[in-house]
Amino acid sequence: MSDPVSPPQKPLAACIRGVTRSFGDGGTKLLVLKGVDLDVRCGDITMLVGPSGCGKTTLISIIAGTLAADDGQLEVFGNDLRKMSKAAITRFRAHTIGFIFQQFNLIPTLNCIENASVPLLIQGCSTRLAEKKARALLEQVGLGEHAKKRPSQLSGGQQQRVAIARALVHDPRLIICDEPTAALDAKNGLLVMEIFEQVARSPERAVLIVTHDNRIFSHANRIASLDDGKVTDVHDADGSSPLPDHIANLAHG
Amino acid sequence: MLRLALKMLFGDTGKYLMLIAGLVFATFLMAQQAAVFCGLMSWTTATLKNVPAPIWVVEKQVEQVNETNPLLDTDVARVRSVDSIAWASPIYSGIQRVRLANGNFKIIQLIGIDATTLAGAPPKLQPGQGRLEDLRLPHAVIIDDLGRKRLASDKGRPVELGDVFELNDQEARVVGIADAMMSFTGGPYVWTTYERALQYTPAQRKMLSAVIAAPRPGVSVEQAVADIERQTGLRAFTNQGFGSSDKDFNTTTVWWYIRNTGIPISFGITVVVGFIVGMAISCQTFYSFVMENMKHLGALKAMGTSNWTLCTMLTTQAFTVGFVGYGIGMLLTGLFARAALENKQPPFYMPISVPFAVLGVILFICSLSALIGIWRVSRLEPAMVFRG
Repeated sequence: MSDPVSPPQKPLAACIRGVTRSFGDGGTKLLVLKGVDLDVRCGDITMLVGPSGCGKTTLISIIAGTLAADDGQLEVFGNDLRKMSKAAITRFRAHTIGFIFQQFNLIPTLNCIENASVPLLIQGCSTRLAEKKARALLEQVGLGEHAKKRPSQLSGGQQQRVAIARALVHDPRLIICDEPTAALDAKNGLLVMEIFEQVARSPERAVLIVTHDNRIFSHANRIASLDDGKVTDVHDADGSSPLPDHIANLAHG
Repeated sequence: MLRLALKMLFGDTGKYLMLIAGLVFATFLMAQQAAVFCGLMSWTTATLKNVPAPIWVVEKQVEQVNETNPLLDTDVARVRSVDSIAWASPIYSGIQRVRLANGNFKIIQLIGIDATTLAGAPPKLQPGQGRLEDLRLPHAVIIDDLGRKRLASDKGRPVELGDVFELNDQEARVVGIADAMMSFTGGPYVWTTYERALQYTPAQRKMLSAVIAAPRPGVSVEQAVADIERQTGLRAFTNQGFGSSDKDFNTTTVWWYIRNTGIPISFGITVVVGFIVGMAISCQTFYSFVMENMKHLGALKAMGTSNWTLCTMLTTQAFTVGFVGYGIGMLLTGLFARAALENKQPPFYMPISVPFAVLGVILFICSLSALIGIWRVSRLEPAMVFRG
């Protein structure tokens, strides 16, 4: 077990200190995050595990800037998200963060190239250049021959690979994945993670994955467990020590 | 992103077609019904177009041209005696029955004009279809193009010059065929001389329907009308077209029909139904389209698409279906217009304001649809994409 605060050797992508977040008012107020401390490091794949309802989704939403924290400090690549305007956070997300969703969230009426080019179009890139880069990434994830197909013509694993291409096409410095293998069978889940690791891992980039799937823990550098609104443990998965039982048990929650 | 928005729209073929169908329906119904209404209203003033004269003088209770309260024959002379009048001629106008050679009866609009001046004669005879002067020949009548079909004894053989029919047991021989606007009653126009018109009509004590007149050079029509009313006590109108003035016979006639018949209510209800149905289909379908795409719009928002861009995308989608629907709707209206004008009915007249007004209504519907979508999207939290 290690401290949630990172050792100094790798630059920090996200630095979270004492972040709280509640939902509702008065008697129905529910405190979901109760002072979270966590560092997400560049070059690492950090996995966030914990039982259902422990606040994982709320935490990645806050790190992604799609949800505001009530209190605490939150810096992503040195930017204090709590001091930024909504418009600035939106621009920040467009340029800095790549997303992979549990249900892929590909637009069904667009083909793979068009779907993968969306983040560049959001940035204002020309369609031609965006689609050129999207095609190159689709080649990298092994979907070059399916580039003109629509999501409905692909398997779940292939759709998630399109989502990976979409998450990487604008070369973001932080990738946030929400249960990327939850909708896939075991074989496809592992295949997707292998491809993802090959194309996404970079010394300048941080990857934060929320998952329940303990089969993909082997891809992680660090595994942070969240329980009852707090990070209770961060395990450095460098192979020097086995995965603690309490993390493995949490992952099944 | 706008290209992407259009791809999202066109990709959902079912909803796209539904949206288009709703707007086509609304456009067609509003434009077509408004044009038929305007056409019908223009038919009410057909006599004023087919009997052209700058001034119409009628009995003082008359409010519209199809209403005839006969004048005394001497009223023609009274109008002529007004200083500002250059000429004045008697007009007979009434609905009569024609007996065809095959024994059938048809309704016509009989017009009697002054034989000397031929004032009030049809503005245009069809090329090679008789001479106006021939109206002075015995039993001579001029019919309009509609009369060629309606007054034909044999189906498939339209009336030709020289053909005869009976009016009040007296012969009427066709000496000319004119182009004319169709009458409100639907019967063809038949012109003859004033004296002969009186013979064709069952006798009454007073039979002068109106006096047509023109002002002297240098005198305005309005001034001449005022002089006639002041000096004769009769009612005089200008004939310059609907909306030209309150003293225009076209204007008073159309307004009389609007005020005293259920025609505008009937057409108005249809137009409103078109608007409501179009709006309901469009708004409901677009809202459903937005709701079905909410997950994807949320993902776009999470990935850094601004609210402004999303609003622009929705507005582009709404206005695209609006313009396509309007275009197809107007195309259908054009096809309907072509058929109506070829068949001379139903009445069809589309003032330039109608397509613009319909476009305005369609854009209003699209704006409303887009606003509903924008309202939903602006309330959308990007974090929702992580909640599955």
